[in-house]
Amino acid sequence: MSKHPRQSDWEENTLNKSLARCPERQPQFSHHGGSETPRLALPAEIDDHYLDTLNFPGSYPYTRGVQPTMYRGRLWTMRQYAGFSTAAESNRRYCYLLQQGTTGLSVAFDLPTQIGYDSDDPMAMGEVGKVGVAIDSLADMEILFDQIPLNKVSTSMTINAPAAVLLAMYVAVAEKQGVPAAKIQGTIQNDILKEYVARGTYIFPPRPSLRLITDIFQWCTAQTPNFNTISISGYHIREAGATAAQEIAFTLANGCAYVQAAIDAGLDVDVFARRLSFFFNASSDLLEEVAKFRAARRLWAKIMKERFAAKHPASLMLRFHTQTAGSSLTAQQIDNNIVRVTLQALAAVLGGTQSLHTNSRDEALGLPTEDSVRTALRTQQIIAHESGVADTVDPLAGSYFIEAATDRIEAEAGALIGRIDQAGGVIACIEDGFIQRQIENSAYAFQCQVESGERIVVGVNRFQTDEEVGPPLLRLDPAVEEEQVTRLQAVRATRDQAAVDATLSQLREAAGGSANLMPLILEAVKAYTTLGEICRVLRDIFGEHRDKGYL
Amino acid sequence: MIIDPIETLVQQVQAKNPRAIARAITLVEDHDSRAGQLLSALDPQSIEEMTVIGITGPPGAGKSTLTGRLIARFRSEGRRVGIIAIDPSSPISGGAILGDRVRMMEHALDGDVIVRSMATRGRLGGLCAAAGAAMRIMAAGGCSVILIETVGVGQSEMDIISLADITLLVLAPGLGDEIQAMKAGLLEVADLLVVNKSDSPGAETLTLEMETAAHDRSQVWQTDALTGKGVAELTSRLIALDREHRSDGTRSKRRGQAHEREVIDWAIELLRPQLSSAAKAMDCRQSADPRQLAQELLSALELKANPDI
Amino acid sequence: MTYTTQKNRVLIGKAGLDGHDRGAKVIARALRDHGFEVIYTGIRRTPEEIAAAAIQEDVAAIGLSSLSGAHLRLFPAVVEALRRAGAGDIRVLGGGVIPAEDIPLLQEAGIIEIFTPGTPLERIIAAFTEACASHRSGRSL
Repeated sequence: MSKHPRQSDWEENTLNKSLARCPERQPQFSHHGGSETPRLALPAEIDDHYLDTLNFPGSYPYTRGVQPTMYRGRLWTMRQYAGFSTAAESNRRYCYLLQQGTTGLSVAFDLPTQIGYDSDDPMAMGEVGKVGVAIDSLADMEILFDQIPLNKVSTSMTINAPAAVLLAMYVAVAEKQGVPAAKIQGTIQNDILKEYVARGTYIFPPRPSLRLITDIFQWCTAQTPNFNTISISGYHIREAGATAAQEIAFTLANGCAYVQAAIDAGLDVDVFARRLSFFFNASSDLLEEVAKFRAARRLWAKIMKERFAAKHPASLMLRFHTQTAGSSLTAQQIDNNIVRVTLQALAAVLGGTQSLHTNSRDEALGLPTEDSVRTALRTQQIIAHESGVADTVDPLAGSYFIEAATDRIEAEAGALIGRIDQAGGVIACIEDGFIQRQIENSAYAFQCQVESGERIVVGVNRFQTDEEVGPPLLRLDPAVEEEQVTRLQAVRATRDQAAVDATLSQLREAAGGSANLMPLILEAVKAYTTLGEICRVLRDIFGEHRDKGYL
Repeated sequence: MIIDPIETLVQQVQAKNPRAIARAITLVEDHDSRAGQLLSALDPQSIEEMTVIGITGPPGAGKSTLTGRLIARFRSEGRRVGIIAIDPSSPISGGAILGDRVRMMEHALDGDVIVRSMATRGRLGGLCAAAGAAMRIMAAGGCSVILIETVGVGQSEMDIISLADITLLVLAPGLGDEIQAMKAGLLEVADLLVVNKSDSPGAETLTLEMETAAHDRSQVWQTDALTGKGVAELTSRLIALDREHRSDGTRSKRRGQAHEREVIDWAIELLRPQLSSAAKAMDCRQSADPRQLAQELLSALELKANPDI
Repeated sequence: MTYTTQKNRVLIGKAGLDGHDRGAKVIARALRDHGFEVIYTGIRRTPEEIAAAAIQEDVAAIGLSSLSGAHLRLFPAVVEALRRAGAGDIRVLGGGVIPAEDIPLLQEAGIIEIFTPGTPLERIIAAFTEACASHRSGRSL
């Protein structure tokens, strides 16, 4: 049989160009014994249905992946989320991870930082340095990235409501290292909409929050072309209890809101859309998860093309980071968690993720130790280098099960997005609690199944053992809060207060108008104005969002 | 000397102690045998003077947010405010999630805002009895304004609303069918029709529609509870209306009707345990007509049913 | 007392800045489905706000949830706030990502039960039922 003309076309125009730009990791991929691992397995006959629904990797609708050679060209980025108590402590952990072969940094901030409070704010009591690093001012950020070359490393920051402030601090640190803003690489999460429905670290109401986000889009398009300005996250929606199809639906619906806001702010979709990235969850339901990632790619490509009339291929590609499901980890028999994480990581890789965080075995008990973080990273390395799944593109394509599940999730998520559109869009659905209730219903239904034994969780409702007290945990020094407050007060005492006051009053005035706030925030952080001071001004102008606790 | 615990509790309520107010309401809600003693010891003057405002409307109209705003207005005048927020009980488990509290948490540390969430507990009429008692306890505890908020649409809402001196019906654009369902009954009893979310599309149409349905156009008010727009004007109108009703006799006429209702509700509530044990004791033959059995039951209790109804 | 309509009333609260409310909400619903009247505070409450709400609602017990590691500061602060308001009889239970070695410290501070991930709902409901019963029997009024 002769080659389908579209296949020849793909090989010539897409594959060969990609190979020329980025050669494969090895001249040849083979199994033990020498038989070759094919780059791309294809159906015996390529027909229109195949081309419409799956097509070749790197081609619309990108079901089989966003690059023509996927991991044969370059492995996914192994990016371990970490951040501990103080900037100095976190800096040590980053240096350790870089030595161990991690290829990107991922910064976890503590809750006061994520919610825009300084470490000495009464609201910060007990939370300073707990789930990540405390950053009050540029001084902390300088310590955090000490000796880490920001022109080489790519940094992902899990920061949402005050993303503009942390990004400004990152840019300022880079400048001090002599790295221009245009050279920095990485991602800020900057996805406020999911905070209202799942993760809870919002500050301002939805509408002013969206304005801050579009200010960032605009500013970064001109100033930091290699920085991803948003990571639209389903991860936390899933952790809050959503199903796979709900995870995709609510995430892509949020994505639509950001794209629309950017278009409304006068941005060209084909300029900013390529800077959008996504962040999904990988749970243990291996086959459904693989289908979920494939469905998400296809659905997003269609949305971008049909709804937003995007034309450039890069605007249509859904690129995503994945983290394994923290909520699936059990406090019982914690070594079992290594197995769960392996299944989940495998799902992400078979689903074509661009980067991956693997959770550590002890995270249901507290913060992970260095040992268990290493095992988590090794899990990814074993999948990459020993399992063989990275040597071929989209290996599960064509499985009756996988293709049917992909179609089903796409249809379910598409229908849910339709309902959201009909109800006035995602902000209206957040305000009246529709999305929150959907997630809660799924979470409760799941828990009831576990309770009844209908769903088995090994070591929890079956196969239990009597266990001794858990393994050693990473303990945080309780003095961290005090030390951080001392450092913050030292910064306040030594900075030029007049300069701080001036930047804050300029910011206050601009926040009431419509000017882009990024340049003013950058000026403010350079003057060592604190995160809490900047956010207080914005709280005054924008107001604060309050949880309505839908149940 | 033996100190009577109920006397002490009443003293504490009248000393405005939040814990005592809460405890007293529970005693009544739980049908504690000492509830009667408690309620009859409350200061009648404060009960006579309180203003009870009923706030009702379909889910999603923004009642709780508006209630939060009204609390702030009344507080700024230095008044102690009581809030009774009513949520339905699950007919299956009898439990309830009392979710309105979340939207009033901003007042949690204000000792002069007394919030009590109540579940319907499957009592239809009986809810009036319990909520009426809670109002009286709050009034005795120094609350001069009491807001009763009910979620949803239905007969128990209508009953509760009859306890209020003034009733607000809160609507919002985009709620569709639910509004249609409400219109029939509540439009008639509501003193003020509030179109909330006045900045949303459809608010003008809804306002016009309400103005057509109202007895007079001055009944219809627009607010945006989220931003507070229109709340000051609404509050002024509420206060003025309360004054009018006090002077033109409307208030005392309503109070009289409500009082009678509460008496009947209490009578049924107090009878309920006897009715239920008598029903268990007698042979409720499924073949017999329920009405006939009810009459037999009443005569067994030496209560005479009206032969004419 | 021959006839009462007594109900177990409890409050589920999230103290501190932690926004992970899946567990708190699942427990609120499960308690509702077992006949409890449940007041839910929403996320990001201070210990003082939680105590004040619990007192006004006359609950027998408070369930606190924290996944951010701030439990050693926040849970005892709720107990303290209750005691200061003369409501030290209200039972306090807690759950979340809590290391085993913290449990005795919390118990010493007056938190009567601690639930770690994977605790069956049945056990949690039983603990709340027991807390309500013991609270009721210890009360003069």
